[in-house]
Amino acid sequence: MTGDKLVVENLNAWYGKTHAVQDISLSFPDKRATAIIGPSGCGKSTFIRCLNRIHETQPKARAEGKVLLDGADVYADDPTEIRRKIGMVFQRPNVFPTMSIYGNVAAGLKLHGGYSHDEMDRLVIESLKKAALWEEVKEKLDQSALQLSGGQQQRLCIARALAVQPEVLLMDEPASALDPISTARIEDLIFDLKNQVPVVIVTHNMQQAARVADRTAFLYLGKLVEVAPTRDLFERPAEKLTESYITGRFG
Amino acid sequence: MAEPPVGTGTDPLPATGPAEPAGATPSPSQGPDRRRSFTGVVDRFFGGLSTLAALVLIALPALLIVIITQASWRAIVRFGPGFVIGQFWVPSASPTSPITFGAAPFVAGTLETSVIAMLIGVPLSIGAAIFLAELAPDWLRAPVASVVDLLAAVPSVVFGLWGLYVLVPYMRSNVDPALVHYLGWTPLFASHAGSQSGVSVLTASIILAIMILPTISSVSREALRATPDSQREAALSLGATRWEATRLGPLAYARSGIFGAAILGLGRAMGETMAVTMTIGNSDNFATSLFDPGQTLSSKIAINFGNALPLEKSALIELGLILMGLSLLVNVAARLMLRSMTRMGGSAP
Amino acid sequence: MRPPKRLRRRVKSAVLLGLCATAVLITLLPLASILLECFVNGAGAITPAFFLQNPPPPCNPGPTTPCPVGGIQDALLGTLLLVVVASLIALPVGILGGIYLSEFQDRPLARPARFLADVMTGIPSIVIGVFVFGIFLFFAEQGWISSFSITSGYTGAVALAVIMIPVVARTCEEALRLVPVSIREASLALGIPRHRTILRIVLSAARGGVITGALLAVARAGGETAPLLLTAGFTTGAITGLSGWTPSLPVLIYYSAAGGYANTTQLAWGAALMLVLIMLLISVGARLALRNKFGGRTA
Ligand SMILES: Nc1ncnc2c1ncn2[C@@H]1O[C@H](COP(=O)(O)OP(=O)(O)OP(=O)(O)O)[C@@H](O)[C@H]1O
Ligand SMILES: [Mg+2]
Repeated sequence: MTGDKLVVENLNAWYGKTHAVQDISLSFPDKRATAIIGPSGCGKSTFIRCLNRIHETQPKARAEGKVLLDGADVYADDPTEIRRKIGMVFQRPNVFPTMSIYGNVAAGLKLHGGYSHDEMDRLVIESLKKAALWEEVKEKLDQSALQLSGGQQQRLCIARALAVQPEVLLMDEPASALDPISTARIEDLIFDLKNQVPVVIVTHNMQQAARVADRTAFLYLGKLVEVAPTRDLFERPAEKLTESYITGRFG
Repeated sequence: MAEPPVGTGTDPLPATGPAEPAGATPSPSQGPDRRRSFTGVVDRFFGGLSTLAALVLIALPALLIVIITQASWRAIVRFGPGFVIGQFWVPSASPTSPITFGAAPFVAGTLETSVIAMLIGVPLSIGAAIFLAELAPDWLRAPVASVVDLLAAVPSVVFGLWGLYVLVPYMRSNVDPALVHYLGWTPLFASHAGSQSGVSVLTASIILAIMILPTISSVSREALRATPDSQREAALSLGATRWEATRLGPLAYARSGIFGAAILGLGRAMGETMAVTMTIGNSDNFATSLFDPGQTLSSKIAINFGNALPLEKSALIELGLILMGLSLLVNVAARLMLRSMTRMGGSAP
Repeated sequence: MRPPKRLRRRVKSAVLLGLCATAVLITLLPLASILLECFVNGAGAITPAFFLQNPPPPCNPGPTTPCPVGGIQDALLGTLLLVVVASLIALPVGILGGIYLSEFQDRPLARPARFLADVMTGIPSIVIGVFVFGIFLFFAEQGWISSFSITSGYTGAVALAVIMIPVVARTCEEALRLVPVSIREASLALGIPRHRTILRIVLSAARGGVITGALLAVARAGGETAPLLLTAGFTTGAITGLSGWTPSLPVLIYYSAAGGYANTTQLAWGAALMLVLIMLLISVGARLALRNKFGGRTA
């Protein structure tokens, strides 16, 4: 299928003996945001953590199957390169506490190297603007990232992820630790971002999925139940299970 | 509650208000009351005892300073501040020199040995801590960590014995000649006559480096382990290699803890006595080359104390005072550093 | 420009992580060597006579002259006595101090006491030796004790106690803190007085940790040499209680190692082997004591 940036085929993931992701096949089109919903513990986080191969960095964690980025198998490449191409934002803001705001955004660029000073400045500013944080921090780039508020820190994490120019952006409940105003800002941000990179966002909040995502996938007990354009999934779910979940009859 | 249900005309329940029979509340009997006041006394007595113990904890360092100052007063008065920079230790008058005592060579020896020990020991112990905290699989971590900690249980006199009979000969026949061969042109590694015995500032420093390994590595290990996983994942998700993720995540996060650990190690190195006394060669001269024999504050005290006359004893105690000052400084710094680490948010291990 | 840089990063990562692993090996090497040398050089000295004799005059074995290795009898006894007396002083004070730090932690003394206890554990033991010598010197100058009693087993035991107290207090505090607050509240709610709650319930729940702390402090005191050199003195003769010069195992090792005579050197290695074995036993015992209680806190 043309236009699919990321294709997942028969993905399985384990924690020791726990089979957390079971045989999921799913593709993510370019320039679209895809939401992943499902009850707690159904394997949403595990699933997206397999896409940038961060799942396997945990003890006893294992994954099998194919993940293709532009047709190339992610599991055949160097994981550090894959993680640069597939950025990730976590549930709780995890800024580097000993670094400045600038240092946080530039951290990835410094790792990969090959950027001149001017290029780096330009990319940092650009990323902060994309993350809608620039106006708030432009006066204090050299101050500690810890003094930002929770919502600002999360946007800083988004800027940090964007700075290395990823080809896909994964977000695991990026707004669940934030207040409504910060949440709204992040949602606006995702809405803008998806025109540049495909976004995969895990969320517990179905309104949020409806607001930001073009497509939504419903996971249950480690399996993919249904994936459809967001509207369709919420208005005419094909599966009984999906319907009872979105109408709040379980979970 | 007190309001009766509507239409209780035939209700047999008597509408008793607040008027209760007087005997319902238990009248205070004497027994329990007296017992309560008795336990109150015991409680207070016990509280007093433990307060006393806490006072001992506070008083000991204060007393330490007072007593050591008092016991070295004789030397302080006699030699004044010149003691600290004095270069000669002459306990009995001779035709060429009057009685005089000076601390300079020993202060220099203490600083020299502990700095070299840190240069060798700190990278090793941080490396070991990184391996044990970040890289080792679970089944390897706990046993190896315990074995490293066992090194701390070896008494320092046993290190000294091992140093004297194992390390010193090894240095004499293998390490020192090689260092002279390659680095002999630098003043630090210059070899002059009589400096190839193996007992030297360098040997003592190496023993010290070994002895501070468990201290630094176990405290750093705890600091590294206290780093939340989200820090490692933040780095990994940017495409960091395993080393880079360790550097950006745990090493940065735990840096004040690691720094505190290193300073704690420095404190231990400065005060260590037996192992140094047995391997440094006990010479009162300044060591200009690392192959020279030397003396530290602690080794000088250990060597001379037994046979010293009162004035010399007082001077030796003044060496102890200097050592105490140095180690108080270092330890307070280390503790403040470690405390700021736990405050920064690492859940204390 | 990218691919070579990527390779370089991977190599750098592998090399540095490899160095970390090497650092562990280098750390383990001296321990292995120390244990090995103690066994190789010391095992031969350990005969029944080793426990029943005292250090001999130093000599080298000649073709005709006998040159006995001697033993550690009175030094072992001295160490035992010193540590017992030191523990009698330090354990009550240290445990009560630990109770204060943990159970009365919001009182004003708790913070300075904890901080100073931590600082004290870092003070070199030879400085403690000088300190306690200074105390007894002061007593003698005041005429409260004879100046012959300055160097005595009692002075040595006090020095060891001063070393032990902050260690015991801090480890006891840490152990008590692991006991859940709910246990204290439940006990107090039942009307059990505070001191009984602490002594009978909290202390007994934490006894594994408290025993561990006490054992570690005993181990540390038992291996100390420098402070005893200044306070307890040494003798190769028989021990005469703690009122005179009192031999101890560590100081015996120190004096026997000097000079390089064949027999005393072997005695030093034998004594070192004994001391290391005792220390390792206590350390392992301390770990086991900790494992039994509260699901084994993994350090
Ligand atoms: N580190 C781990 N070790 C072992 N099992 C784990 C681990 N992380 C998750 N699991 C298990 O894997 C399953 C899927 O977990 P996952 O975190 O992917 O769920 P989730 O859908 O993200 O849930 P939530 O919405 O609560 O974040 C769960 O059953 C969980 O118990
Ligand atoms: Mg999750």
